[in-house]
Amino acid sequence: MTAAGAAANAGLVSAQGPGQDRTQAHQTVPSDLTLRVKSLESLLVEKGLVDPAALDALIDTMEHKVGPRNGARVVARAWVDPAYKKRLVENAPAAIAELGYTSGQGEHTLVVENGPKVHNLIVCTLCSCYPWPVLGLPPVWYKSAPYRSRAVIDPRGILREFGMQLPEDVEVRVWDSTAELRYLVLPERPAGTETMSEEQLAALVTRDAMVGVAKVTLPTSGGNA
Amino acid sequence: MNGAHDMGGQQDMGPVEYEKDEPVFHAPWEGRIYALRRAMRAWGKWNLDADRHEIELLPPADYLRMSYYERWVDRLAAQVVKYGLVSREEIESGKAAPGSTKSNPALTLATSARWLSRGIPSSQDPKVRPRFKVRQRVRARNINPTGHTRLPRYVRGKAGVIVRDHGVYLFPDSNAHSQGEKRQHVYSVRFAATELWGEVASPRDSVHLDLWDDYLERA
Repeated sequence: MTAAGAAANAGLVSAQGPGQDRTQAHQTVPSDLTLRVKSLESLLVEKGLVDPAALDALIDTMEHKVGPRNGARVVARAWVDPAYKKRLVENAPAAIAELGYTSGQGEHTLVVENGPKVHNLIVCTLCSCYPWPVLGLPPVWYKSAPYRSRAVIDPRGILREFGMQLPEDVEVRVWDSTAELRYLVLPERPAGTETMSEEQLAALVTRDAMVGVAKVTLPTSGGNA
Repeated sequence: MNGAHDMGGQQDMGPVEYEKDEPVFHAPWEGRIYALRRAMRAWGKWNLDADRHEIELLPPADYLRMSYYERWVDRLAAQVVKYGLVSREEIESGKAAPGSTKSNPALTLATSARWLSRGIPSSQDPKVRPRFKVRQRVRARNINPTGHTRLPRYVRGKAGVIVRDHGVYLFPDSNAHSQGEKRQHVYSVRFAATELWGEVASPRDSVHLDLWDDYLERA
């Protein structure tokens, strides 16, 4: 019997029975998963293989210390400071570190810039690669089969689903994160924001705009949160 | 491996399901398994490439059926047995074997910050010579490795242009299987959308992939 098979017998990795609503798996969590993870964690703690306090720290980092607010601050700084923007495009990890964001999965970040005739879209068709220090952990849709399969073959269709109809004369560049490089889209600064402060601008920048499935818009003109 | 995970270009997967104001974790167990799997990698028994490959080893039907973190639960239980950190009997009983020695965690609260900021190995090692140059036309090789690979099916056999040399990285196809780091250059390669998908694609559009030397040949 394989290791996975043995574990399945113990209920730690057991497959779900038929009839469960799979499409909602991430929302209506089977209580069985709670029990399986508790059982696995308590075994690993009992054997001295993990430190529960370290686990708490990892979770706290991902829930509270990294996330799209970091990326939004990077984007806003690039909009107001041309010298910073130049550094960001030339050496993103160093420019991002200037703002204090240095945790893992960001050391090979590249920034790709949108313009009137260029639109960039980020995907990881093979798994879930994503620039953690500036965007945090990816949302479920980014890791899902519909997005991963279609972003490369029908990016304009994906963008339409997100409410963005791109004119034919705009070039779409898709970036499939197949190696250790991580991508961040530098969205276009919207018109009508000339008098805004860096902080006000950062509040306009959304996660979706930094993945490339949305534009940055002024609150009055609507758009995805 | 031509597995279910290699999704680029697959069709009929349905619409993207967007969740407004999505939380980082949807339930406490998701956070716990996320942290457990990261903490267990600190033991150094398996590297990042092997970690990714472990997910790919799920049978395709399971891969598609499971939620993202449900895959992690399944795989971590398999990994700790496979790499000898936990016995099959212990997984079955959920208890440490009587008289078994107790370890000291590889990752502790004190070391977690350092571990989190630890980089992925790469370099600009001048001793590792690039086989291709920026602006050179290349073709992704038509290979079908049965182990781990980061060369998606949808670009194999297709021609593109190197737009950037990213420097030297470990080769995942060998590193995932402890068959050596095989350090080599990784390039950003631009493929015209029409080269990948034919005339339905916009002639303006392109897809960029980051590909290792061993994935490429002259075009």
